[in-house]
Amino acid sequence: MDYFLELFLGGLTRGSIYALIALGYTMVYGIIELINFAHGEIYMIGAFTALIVASVLSMLGFNHLTVLILASVLAVVYSCAYGFTVEKIAYKPLRHAPRLSALISAIGMSLFLQNYVLLAQTSDFLPFPSLIPDFDFWEPYAHIISSPELVILATTFCVMVFLTILIKFTRIGKAMRATSQDKIMAALVGIDVNKIISITFIVGSGTAAIGGVLIASHVGQINFYIGFIAGIKAFVAAVLGGIGSIPGAVLGSLVLGWTESFFTGYISSDYEDVFAFLFLVFILIFRPSGILGRKETKKV
Amino acid sequence: MSFEKIKKGVLAGIWFIFLTFPIMVIRVNTVENIIEWRWMNMLYAGVGGFFMSIIWDELLRKQEKNKNKAVTGEMPFLQRMMENQSVRWPSIIGLVIFVCAFPYIFSMYQTNIMISALIYIMLGLGLNIVIGLAGLLDLGYVAFYAVGAYSYALLNMHFGLNFWFALPIGAALGATFGMLLGYPVLRLKGDYLAIVTLGFGEIIRLVLENWNAFSEGPSGIANIPRPSIPGIDFTLTQATIFIYFLMIVLVIFTIFMVNRLENSRIGRAWIALREDEIACQAMGIDKTKTKLTAFSLGATWAGMAGVVFAAKTTFINPASFTIWESVMILCIVVIGGMGSIPGVIVGAFFLILMPEYLRAFSEYRMLVFGAVLVIMMVFRPGGLIANVRKTYQFKSSEV
Repeated sequence: MDYFLELFLGGLTRGSIYALIALGYTMVYGIIELINFAHGEIYMIGAFTALIVASVLSMLGFNHLTVLILASVLAVVYSCAYGFTVEKIAYKPLRHAPRLSALISAIGMSLFLQNYVLLAQTSDFLPFPSLIPDFDFWEPYAHIISSPELVILATTFCVMVFLTILIKFTRIGKAMRATSQDKIMAALVGIDVNKIISITFIVGSGTAAIGGVLIASHVGQINFYIGFIAGIKAFVAAVLGGIGSIPGAVLGSLVLGWTESFFTGYISSDYEDVFAFLFLVFILIFRPSGILGRKETKKV
Repeated sequence: MSFEKIKKGVLAGIWFIFLTFPIMVIRVNTVENIIEWRWMNMLYAGVGGFFMSIIWDELLRKQEKNKNKAVTGEMPFLQRMMENQSVRWPSIIGLVIFVCAFPYIFSMYQTNIMISALIYIMLGLGLNIVIGLAGLLDLGYVAFYAVGAYSYALLNMHFGLNFWFALPIGAALGATFGMLLGYPVLRLKGDYLAIVTLGFGEIIRLVLENWNAFSEGPSGIANIPRPSIPGIDFTLTQATIFIYFLMIVLVIFTIFMVNRLENSRIGRAWIALREDEIACQAMGIDKTKTKLTAFSLGATWAGMAGVVFAAKTTFINPASFTIWESVMILCIVVIGGMGSIPGVIVGAFFLILMPEYLRAFSEYRMLVFGAVLVIMMVFRPGGLIANVRKTYQFKSSEV
């Protein structure tokens, strides 16, 4: 039973991590129906910014808390800036182009950003300082779930609540929902569609950056390629849950996290990803638009 | 140049300085605790941002202007040239002579690159059936390529089967796997389809990587024989030239077949399916059959290309069949122009030869490659040679 609990919590943490990246995917998809291949790269840039800022500040002798806060904030700011710029350069001119063209543009951007970081920084794995401290009060439970894992879970929860409130109850959220339903109609009722799309990218990128900082400090090392792998996984999670739906992205991520965790724990770690993908295929056969996806009714 | 434009450019420059600051200016060495400040890069980013923004705006404006000009049913330049009889035959003869003479004029290195490009043309044309004609987004196409390559390698290792038998077997296995993938995904659409095919590609690769007893795992299979003709011993150079001509024949065969398929009953059904699934069914087209044939016929070419690939490199391992390979083939199809055969050919040459000739930039080549993909798509979203829809044109008849 203990082993089961361990796997369960491991899967939960893993799922929360996927969720932070999958949320950005799903938001962008919901609004412009684009698989944002460069999203993983934004997450990677967030992690790199945090690493650089944290290293510089620690060397200048700032205390731990300041380093943690400044590194996280700057990581989010920079990821947002990158997300915004990428959208302006690579996606905005393609708004009326065929969808596959936008996808190729996204792939190009992803390659560009990967190599940009590779050339400007390094191709080696860099050790990432563990920014999240071990809490004293959590000591008695640390054998079940460590403090960094607790922070990851709590943060994911907060981000999800924040996003739900943003989308359900604010003016911006209303505008986002309107834009995703019908861009022309949204523009007609006075919504600045371009601005809303930019905001969606900024929010999605910021979420990815939070994920980047948390994961990097949990795993302990980063390189320029982490974004691609994480991006694919998060994309799978988003699709599993029903792409375009926010609770779907979180649920899909958790399901993916648990699947991986349990299969690895009980069967074999070699085929971890095989199981994850088989499970995905299996679910999509029975629910072709994801677990929580809306069923599209098509008018003839 | 107006003041407004310069102001915008300066702002872009400042924005890029801000954007690139942590990544390009600072480099930390966490082991020795040294910070390296590269202030020169800041200058480059600023100046680069300034000029890029001005050029980018200018180009976008130009494109916008062109778009406003009414698009007439004008045929693209290449096609117009081809219609002209006096240009057509000499150019075809010239092309044939060039193709035949290529391996004798250029070095072995060039010939090898050309063989890769030809393999990718075949892959591109195969994927073009699935994506360009039937409109099914397949991100796991490389799986069939792997199936072809491994079927030759394994059959040869265990049963000593030679290349000529492996080629049709590889193709048939490719088609079978195409069916196998096609069946469960019949109900899926768009991006759900994309992700399942992506998953399928990864499953095949991971199985090849982990099932050591079956596929020798990540270390791969070596010493795969090159294709040969019984009774003739080829030297390495001759073997390469032989594969080159073999590929030329196969590519011509592929072009011929795809061209015939496109205008056949099944090809029309694919196009109808791409345009509107419901209308297509209402016309009495069997959706299941049409989709499955698209998947399996597309996969057939990948299987064949895989066999040739294994024979060419004489060594294969799962690392050759990553998702990047699928993405690359997808890029060939989209950059070339979806659904158009000359487009795919040009796209393959462009994408395979460009990184090779960009070797002068060595480490910057993938950076440039990514940028080129974005620029291409922004300024030519329809691809290099967009497919021209078959339309009847009424010629003004002189009575």
